[in-house]
Amino acid sequence: MMTRYSEKEMMAVAAAREIRNGDVVFCGTGISMLAAMAAKHISAPDSVIFFETGAMDAQLEELPLAVGDSRVMYGAAVNRGLSDAFAFMQNPFSGRRVVGILGAAQIDPYGNLNSTAIGDYERPRVRFPGSGGACDVASFVSRTIIFMRHDLRGFVPRLDYLTSPGWLDGPGGRERAGLSPGGPEMVVTNLAVMGFDKETKRMFLRGCYPGVAPEMVLERMGFDADVSRAKEIFPPSVDELRILRERCDPQRLILG
Amino acid sequence: MKGSDKVTDIRTAVRKFVRDGCHLSIGGFTINRNPMAAVYEIIRQRIGRIHLYAHSNGQGVDELIGGGCVENLEIAYAGSGRFASTCIRFRKAVEAGTLRVEDYSNYQMSLRFQAGAMGVPFLPTRSGLGTDIVRRWGFSKEMRENDPRLPDSKLTVMENPFGEWGDVPKVVLVPAIHPDVTILHVQKADAQGTARIEGLPFSDVEQALSAEKVILTCDELVESDRLREYPEQNQIPHLRVDAVVHIPYGAYPTACYRYYDYDPVYLARFGKMAKDDQSYAEYLQEYIYGTENHPGLLAKVGEERLKRIQADARTGYAKDLDRR
Repeated sequence: MMTRYSEKEMMAVAAAREIRNGDVVFCGTGISMLAAMAAKHISAPDSVIFFETGAMDAQLEELPLAVGDSRVMYGAAVNRGLSDAFAFMQNPFSGRRVVGILGAAQIDPYGNLNSTAIGDYERPRVRFPGSGGACDVASFVSRTIIFMRHDLRGFVPRLDYLTSPGWLDGPGGRERAGLSPGGPEMVVTNLAVMGFDKETKRMFLRGCYPGVAPEMVLERMGFDADVSRAKEIFPPSVDELRILRERCDPQRLILG
Repeated sequence: MKGSDKVTDIRTAVRKFVRDGCHLSIGGFTINRNPMAAVYEIIRQRIGRIHLYAHSNGQGVDELIGGGCVENLEIAYAGSGRFASTCIRFRKAVEAGTLRVEDYSNYQMSLRFQAGAMGVPFLPTRSGLGTDIVRRWGFSKEMRENDPRLPDSKLTVMENPFGEWGDVPKVVLVPAIHPDVTILHVQKADAQGTARIEGLPFSDVEQALSAEKVILTCDELVESDRLREYPEQNQIPHLRVDAVVHIPYGAYPTACYRYYDYDPVYLARFGKMAKDDQSYAEYLQEYIYGTENHPGLLAKVGEERLKRIQADARTGYAKDLDRR
């Protein structure tokens, strides 16, 4: 029997499935927190959630509405500050264990992100909040998972402003810039999951959600992507949905 | 030697230390422990042309901008979590061209305060290599060179002077910040200014130690002996503090861990009224200019709502608070 589920539920579950035991998960605001919480209850009970604000191994009895929410402080192993949190990621001993979950207004074929401004930087058409910790995380850690809405405004051939580094201009780009070797691993959207080719570092279609055809995905992107490797993505299971709805977001603050 | 008594009221502290055109930094993070009573007092005193520094400050920054107090802003992130994914008055001001912004990352801003606190001109990081944070400047070269209070460069990239050491080929050097005044809201302080922050300190300590003058507002004014019983739990020594103001709910409508939560009702109403200039003028009149001080604003909010955000003793926030 099919259980009904929303786009956001599918996205949270698709990202949660990528988190493994032993991962240290850096969370931003919103759906990334849900994904990290869901992973802890479903597939990766020994993953550790941490926030740029300095809360290490936060317990999250309730869903925080910002990374500065007091809910990230309760029951944490250590409450330090921003300096410690970013040092943890910049330090290769600990940084390589970190999976960063990010979101943005624009993404390009190499997974570079814009969360600063659309239009002219000096006098933008739309201004967004800015990097926050996103540029730091994207500069430092070994893997990032990116949440995006799948549309032409978001998937662009060239960013208006490069806030957070992905694979930059392709193979060898990060090394040339002086960055650590990690980079974006996947993009979770409301339609599909995208990956990055090991050789070319360009985005490709890893799989569509049930009922979504590859053509629908391509129509909503401003650049071409290989769809030949697309595999079916399974819908959220009854258990995954129950945990998401009852344990993670009973007030539907993020799920809506 | 316990230091002198620095207890004063917020009106006096702001009048004395926060001037037109001053370089100001405020503590807190998004919707937590912003020094809101001080922010509202700055707006009431109509202080303008402020050069403001923050890392990820939400409500405090947005209200200072909305109140017309800010001319230049150096920041990493202007957002209030789910209540405003981009700060609303910030966004309007940038799009209208009435606010100059210099963008950094959170770590870069933390390091800049740290450099200021340490008395060194800059600190290095690997964050930002290859990005527009390094390539694009919000403040022009001319503006920087004409203002002795600003470094001539936003930041600079340097080859590792130790060669291969540390396996790092290049670093980004970010310049120190020296605010005229930093304002923090803390849970506990004594009359001399020794402070205890509970829960996450964010970058508050670095922000305080980088500034020439420091104003503390506190939810509880406690005896020195109580703080000195566990000095390892205190973060800011009285030696660096210039004014102490006792203001219960001084971070309201943002949260103060173990004391009270953020007020979703206030933040949602602010978000609605901030969307339009007309209704924002009404907001300013009704809540800020129309109230004499912070207790006046709290009285307008009412006891019932303050009771609802009381922190639960076990978790430090208001458990099961309706946040829809």
